[in-house]
Amino acid sequence: PAGASRSTPSNTPTSCGCHGCMVQDPTQFDVLVMPNLYGDILSDLCAGLIGGLGVTPSGNIGANGVAIFESVHGTAPDIAGLDMANPTALLLSAVMMLRHMGLHDHGNKIQTACFDTIRDKKVLTKDLGGNSKCSEFTAEICRRIQDLD
Amino acid sequence: MHLHERRQIQTDATTALPPAIALFLVTLCEAATDDFRVCRCANATSRQTVNTTRSLRRHVHVTALLPCARSDRFLIKMASHGAALSVSKMISPFWGGRLGNTMKVFGTTLTSHRNKSLHTGENIPPPAKYGGRHTVTLIPGDGIGPELLNHVREVFRFSCVPVDFEVVHVNSDVQTEEDINNAITAIRRNGVALKGNIETKHTMPPSVKSRNNLLRTSLDLYANVMHCQSLPGVQTRHKNIDIMIIRENTEGEYSSLEHESVSGVVESLKIITRNNSLRIADYAFRLAREKGRRRVTAVHKANIMKLGDGLFLQCCREVASGYPDITFDSMIVDNTTMQLVSKPQQFDVMVMPNLYGNVVSNVCAGLVGGPGLVPGANYGRDYAVFETATRNTGKSIAGRNIANPTAMLLASCMMLDHLQLYDHASSIRNAVLTTMNETRLHTADIGGQGTTSEVVQSVMRVIQSKGQLTSEL
Repeated sequence: PAGASRSTPSNTPTSCGCHGCMVQDPTQFDVLVMPNLYGDILSDLCAGLIGGLGVTPSGNIGANGVAIFESVHGTAPDIAGLDMANPTALLLSAVMMLRHMGLHDHGNKIQTACFDTIRDKKVLTKDLGGNSKCSEFTAEICRRIQDLD
Repeated sequence: MHLHERRQIQTDATTALPPAIALFLVTLCEAATDDFRVCRCANATSRQTVNTTRSLRRHVHVTALLPCARSDRFLIKMASHGAALSVSKMISPFWGGRLGNTMKVFGTTLTSHRNKSLHTGENIPPPAKYGGRHTVTLIPGDGIGPELLNHVREVFRFSCVPVDFEVVHVNSDVQTEEDINNAITAIRRNGVALKGNIETKHTMPPSVKSRNNLLRTSLDLYANVMHCQSLPGVQTRHKNIDIMIIRENTEGEYSSLEHESVSGVVESLKIITRNNSLRIADYAFRLAREKGRRRVTAVHKANIMKLGDGLFLQCCREVASGYPDITFDSMIVDNTTMQLVSKPQQFDVMVMPNLYGNVVSNVCAGLVGGPGLVPGANYGRDYAVFETATRNTGKSIAGRNIANPTAMLLASCMMLDHLQLYDHASSIRNAVLTTMNETRLHTADIGGQGTTSEVVQSVMRVIQSKGQLTSEL
């Protein structure tokens, strides 16, 4: 929208009306709150910035602590049952769930193991550029968790 | 006469159309010998439900019948002068008897609407041209607008461009609409305008509408066109982007229709009409064909807004069927933004309603290097207004000589093309692109250290070096 204005970073909430900012320098943003439609658009935009829907977790939080955590990607019927899918999105959503339940240790451990596996680049699923199976990727994460213990 | 299709135009009826009139109009359609189009009057306050028949053989098409602000008048616009004359002869006695007032009928263009070329209208010279010089309305706006437009004037003066600017100031601090109405009148007079963004202050009461929006809707500048191209001299993450974005500019979420019937509960109306959707889709396809583009993508959220965006999508599909040489597909807006940031090269021409257009054009501007680089144009049937594509006021960088003049200079080149001053347009455009890509004199927003005036000086030097007539540097 016209007339986008941003004050210098501080603890006061600022408003930004420019999606170009997100594209040019997304690191300037921390927490964003917005109505439904903008959230739909912006969450997919940001997912695109970090590697796509295959790695993006999400959670839907309601009143009284009721919550549903889900990956945002679709059902991918073309690769279903072939041990090819990338479990990262759903796994990180599960981590969000553990944190929501107060099981922070478990959550952190799984997240660390997952990130390390991806950073290492040795066992990656096809969508991330590797040629490992889903089960191999998962086994690698489990191995790292055991090592962390 | 074959009645191929009975089509009902459902609208909000406040006064019922006498059945005899409705029948008369059906007869009128069948009797017209040329393309016949019934269009709305600028001050329409209510619409009627009309059963219309469409004759495919004669391409007679009734889009809408609307009474003017005076309930005893209707405006019928003919595509052909001949039809207008024959119809007016038929209408006067009948109408006069029925309603007590003669109906105003006038012929408009001499050429068929379909053959209209996009940017210059029909083959009629621009309105405000006299003695070889054009008059263009200039609205400085707020923030960086005034200084950038001063640079445009500087470059024009230097290049001896035969354009005189009529400057109209619009004060964004006052609540009255006098200023913006003066600006609109000036644009009606001159037909073309170049503008900076007019700030919409958030501190004003909600009844104060956005001045830019008022301008667009009053002049019915229904198409906002933005051409995003990667520039070789600008460092960006993605390369080889070449996307044209056509954004519906007058309705959708920008209809400024909101109400709070219950305190704390606001309802906003998003308006999507068949007419405007067909119009913008038609514009997109014609532009695509004119520019030799292969693919048009409609951006929507019809899975959620089934009626609104559903109608838009349906209209796009209808228009697409008339352009078999151009591929048409559609994409949901959230997926679109994701694809834009990961694989923007897949897009060619995109058409979409107002809000998605705002989002997508900002994203694309960011992809090619920022708001300082991309020019934008707003086209209506009779008027054209040129500005920067992302419509930023740039308050924080105003008056510091660091703003990027590229967008505004390229917008002025688009304006020169519209005025058919092609040589001047090319000369200035080439100079700007040379400065950007070869000399690589960049302002801060694209990672350089040049000032606005340095860039402008460089542009003028390049123009001079090409050997054309210029004034003193």
